[in-house]
Amino acid sequence: MSALLATRGLTAFYGDFQALFGIDFEIHAGEAVAIIGANGAGKSTFLKTVTGLLAAPPDRIVFDGRAIGGMSAAAIVRQGIAMVPEGRRLFPSLSAEENLLIGGYTKRKGPWSLARVYELFPALKEVRALPGNALSGGQQQMVAIGRALLANPRLLICDEISLGLSPLVVTALYGTLPAMMREGLTVIVVEQDVGIAQRTTDRLYCFQEGRVSLQGRSSELARAAISAAYFGSGVAA
Amino acid sequence: MIGWIDTLLQGLLLGGLYALFAVGLSLMFGVMRLVNIAHGDFIVLAAFLAIGIALGVPAGPALLLAMVLPVMVVAGYGLQRGVLNRTLGKDILPPLLVTFGLSIIIQNVLLEVFSADSRGLSAGGLETQSLRIAGDLAIGWLPLITLLAALGLTFALEWLFGHTTLGRAFRATSDDPQAAELQGIDHRRVYALATAIAFAVVTVAGVFLALRTTVSPSDGPGYLLYAFEAVILGGLGSFWGTFAGALVLGVAQGIGFRLDPGWGILVGHLVFLAVLLVRPQGLFPRTRD
Repeated sequence: MSALLATRGLTAFYGDFQALFGIDFEIHAGEAVAIIGANGAGKSTFLKTVTGLLAAPPDRIVFDGRAIGGMSAAAIVRQGIAMVPEGRRLFPSLSAEENLLIGGYTKRKGPWSLARVYELFPALKEVRALPGNALSGGQQQMVAIGRALLANPRLLICDEISLGLSPLVVTALYGTLPAMMREGLTVIVVEQDVGIAQRTTDRLYCFQEGRVSLQGRSSELARAAISAAYFGSGVAA
Repeated sequence: MIGWIDTLLQGLLLGGLYALFAVGLSLMFGVMRLVNIAHGDFIVLAAFLAIGIALGVPAGPALLLAMVLPVMVVAGYGLQRGVLNRTLGKDILPPLLVTFGLSIIIQNVLLEVFSADSRGLSAGGLETQSLRIAGDLAIGWLPLITLLAALGLTFALEWLFGHTTLGRAFRATSDDPQAAELQGIDHRRVYALATAIAFAVVTVAGVFLALRTTVSPSDGPGYLLYAFEAVILGGLGSFWGTFAGALVLGVAQGIGFRLDPGWGILVGHLVFLAVLLVRPQGLFPRTRD
């Protein structure tokens, strides 16, 4: 079965500084894959190249059989990739509901509607008229996820959704993952909490200094091997 | 007493024209943080396009507006896509320099084509007709229509920004262009649409200006100043604020003219400076910024 998203030898640069060194990555339809790694490992850079925020060589990223490297971020959303960015990045001049609605800007067809998002996150209905930046951290993250869902993507990418949130809220957010995947979503999560990453995903990639230092089935990887790959003494499996 | 009421009314009506000058500037600044130094020159350009057409084709103001509007809208879209988008970034200097250059180019092209003579448009007698309110108190129909046009355009822009998908895209792009891209919004296209709409407003302003008074190719910077003062007086982030700021400026000038015919413009500037000192965020800022 061909991968929904695949990168082959993906490199990325910030000016003269090389941040990614030949990343080979793939995810199949219906999978949940975690990317873990320490700060500066290249996780966010990888997501930026996949989502078009950072320039990538055209043929190094293939989504659904089409080379998407070099496309603009807006064009990539139209192809069916949506992202929940690190820090949520809600629009302060839009209400919570408007923040959700802007996610549907491309009018892609799919199972997600405003009503469906409110079913998934009932708490948002109460605060829908409040400005995006007036919500609690957990509510903001729900809006950020709902906004991405309203793009009706095939691939949802979540960048550190647990950052700055209480364990209860994080558990509740990850608890919605199965419901999303039942609607046919494929999910990549970037996560600092290795335990959550292992529990909630099928496979796991560990990045270290811009390279893949470990990959395998989340349930089969030993914590010692992950620790070694995470902190620098691992090799690609 | 009746004289002061008349001054107030005439000031409000003058403010209507200034509101037409200002809302386009407010729109471009609000969406792109772009200060268009050539804004006043584009108003004059629209006025001269209408005047130029009127020299060859016997057409009323509405028909002239209908002919100039699509030209200016397409020009605005093209200017933003082809030129101004390339100047936007962290450095605020490039758009200032480029629009300053455009201002000089427009003034010189208009001088070449139309000479330095002041010209205007005929409103078919409407410019001399007035509406009697009470006793000696009367207001001109043309200034009243100008004020109503400004009111209508301000309402339309507020509605567009507050209740439509495009308006949400404008606000989202203004907040965070990169996060807007992640929603599938092509921010360069959104900027071009914003400028196209601003140029539609500029066209209305230019035609009303040419109906109310005569214009000459070098008048643009003065109108830019009034527009700028109205936007700052009203407070950034709200079209109604800009509209109110324009009325305040018009009334201030009206009072100045009443005190001494040579003081009108100066009093407007002084009120602007006073507000800037006391309330730098403007009189009616929107908290979203």
